Amino acid sequence: MRLLTHNMLSSNIKGVTNGFPLRLQVEKSVEKEVDLNPDFLKNIFPKIEWKALVDASRALGYPELPDEAEPSMLDSHDFLKKFHHALLELHVEEGALICPETGRNFPISKGIPNMLLHEDEV
Amino acid sequence: MLVPSKISRIAQIRLVNCHPEVYEPCDDSFALVDALLADRTNLLERQPRLCLEVGCGSGYVITSLALILGEENNGVHYFATDINPHAVEVTRKTLEAHGVQAEVICTDIASGLATRLEGMVDVLVVNPPYVPTPEEEVGCEGITAAWAGGEDGRSVIDRILPVADKLLSDRGCLYMVTLTANNPLQICLLMREKGYASRIVVQRSTEEESLHVIKFWRDADVEVKEPNRTSPTGMESWLSQFSRFPFRRNSNS
Repeated sequence: MRLLTHNMLSSNIKGVTNGFPLRLQVEKSVEKEVDLNPDFLKNIFPKIEWKALVDASRALGYPELPDEAEPSMLDSHDFLKKFHHALLELHVEEGALICPETGRNFPISKGIPNMLLHEDEV
Repeated sequence: MLVPSKISRIAQIRLVNCHPEVYEPCDDSFALVDALLADRTNLLERQPRLCLEVGCGSGYVITSLALILGEENNGVHYFATDINPHAVEVTRKTLEAHGVQAEVICTDIASGLATRLEGMVDVLVVNPPYVPTPEEEVGCEGITAAWAGGEDGRSVIDRILPVADKLLSDRGCLYMVTLTANNPLQICLLMREKGYASRIVVQRSTEEESLHVIKFWRDADVEVKEPNRTSPTGMESWLSQFSRFPFRRNSNS
């Protein structure tokens, strides 16, 4: 699971109003290099919750992202490289996503988060 | 000069993983991939960035889509969901065997994703559970969830349509497999009320069933229907594309 996906997932439990971001618990992670596409990064930037990405990347041991970001920073190749690395190259293989409101644990196994709910949560 | 082999490459059956509880690529999967291939030029013109398959099963379709549209280097990213934990695992292996990347999530339709991915999906592909079955079989564990569609095979389809409307971007389009028994004409009318145009991309008839892959896209010319309004002009000619097909027409549609 990439941090792009982490940034797009929220707790889907019935009644939860503040289900984003899911807290990230990492047991195993990997890095997979992919080509940097500036257009993709520029287009996705406005949709990214920056703080959630910063916190998630730090949970993965990558401290390079600045605390705050604004669109003008996208002109810097150095910034793009860091944004790209955090968003698309860091993968959580094993761990969990934790609902910020209920503490419910959604496991991540072999890189796949399991967001299935129990009957009483739907 | 050689034509790059990537053009028209799709997933290879020998590299598609299988599991007794996961739906294997079948006529409907092939029809859906054929539709994506047939519409490839149009898809590329839309310059998709985020693509999603709901109900990825073996991974055959999402892998093919990634091979058809190209990957990260083209700035395209893929998501795939399935309610069946075995299916997401098989999809992961199928993707890996083809050397393509997609984010796989085990969830019901797009639960957990729909809020944040709202309006961001450029290509949505769905081969839904469309077989008419007793309602209690819908969403059962294992492979049953891949085909059990409840009354008229519409139970899951009717839950997917509003999610699709929420997820699709302004230039987004949905490709969905339907069976004649699902009353595809009525599905098109429902989507038309939400502002979508539609077109049959592929039609397949076998002795048992008649499959259609229908493409839906937002069209500014389609007026979003208000309650109690009469059909806009041009409706008749739009409907005529369906007259050649044996769609069942409900008296209330």
